[in-house]
Amino acid sequence: MTRPSAHNAKVMNRFVLTQRLVAQLKHEEAVIGGIGNANFDLWSSGQRPQNFYMLGSMGLAVPIALGVAIAQPQRHVVALEGDGSLLMQLGCLATVAVRAPKNLTIVVWDNGIYQITGGQETASAGTADLVAIAAGAGIGKSAWAADEDEFDRLFAAALRDGGPSLIAARIDDKPGVGTTDRDPVQIRARFMQGLGVRR
Amino acid sequence: MTDMKVRSGVWHETVLDTLKANDVRLAVYVPDRVLTPLISALHADNFFTCFACTREEEALGIVSGAWMGGVRGAVLMQTSGFATIPNALASLVLPSQIPALIFVSERGTLGEFNLGQAMVLKTMRPVLDALAVDHHTITRQDELAFILDRSIKQAVAIQQPVVFILSPLLTGGKLFKA
Repeated sequence: MTRPSAHNAKVMNRFVLTQRLVAQLKHEEAVIGGIGNANFDLWSSGQRPQNFYMLGSMGLAVPIALGVAIAQPQRHVVALEGDGSLLMQLGCLATVAVRAPKNLTIVVWDNGIYQITGGQETASAGTADLVAIAAGAGIGKSAWAADEDEFDRLFAAALRDGGPSLIAARIDDKPGVGTTDRDPVQIRARFMQGLGVRR
Repeated sequence: MTDMKVRSGVWHETVLDTLKANDVRLAVYVPDRVLTPLISALHADNFFTCFACTREEEALGIVSGAWMGGVRGAVLMQTSGFATIPNALASLVLPSQIPALIFVSERGTLGEFNLGQAMVLKTMRPVLDALAVDHHTITRQDELAFILDRSIKQAVAIQQPVVFILSPLLTGGKLFKA
């Protein structure tokens, strides 16, 4: 069975794209790194005070990002989430669409597998199209990135024009480059300092 | 509880007033019949950002993000919804020390008609105790404002969540014909 809205996006690398994404952040944008490789590669791309690294609560990167976006409407917020995590909490896409925060961008790394647990296939490996799902949930600005250059353009447009928007990238099965320090209190405290909430 | 204008007559007015007095500006819920008057009042008051989401753990994620962004938030759910959130409590709210304010409309007791609700209720307090999450079962209108106000302040001060279980003795619960 093929994806209902077939796309021919290039298979890219999550760490490469994460670095390109971070390079575009010029205004202390907040970034929520979803559990597993999404936040490992965010960590490895340089530890910004405005990064929040999830160590649990699989599927909640988008809800956490939505909460930050509501609390700080002047700051752009980015959620980095894997396909398996997003599939666990698809309802959040509908909530985002209803709230329609202009300052929220969702980036989905789709390799079609639960990479960190042993490479079992996700529903997006063959049938589920996460961009079509997001568009169907009401996030009109939802798109596959055809290659690295288009990923850069889509993300730049999301930051410039406002959202909510969702950018999906097909990625390979390479593991995360590093491992986030597992200290949730420190992660939370630094993040709040980075957002100007705490001294 | 000083300088606080809290209406004392009806439970949902007291809850709203106490949230406002403690600068809790965000309320995210999965709907519940018993909570409907509170939800309606929160929607009607521009002080609050109030909206429904699709699942209770999603609501916890939203208020966690809002707290880290500087806005206090409450989550509203019914008892069955509580059973969906232990992972979010144990792997986000507690280790990150997020003072999530969680209101649970108590189903499954004092005239419950749905066995599923009754079974889920039996798990709720043991789970909260196992996680060492503070929880208060509120049965009396005359104690409501005191418990809420003091406990919200404590939650923020010690950076821990707190659960308010709203008993049918307080809210009237959900009626059915036997």
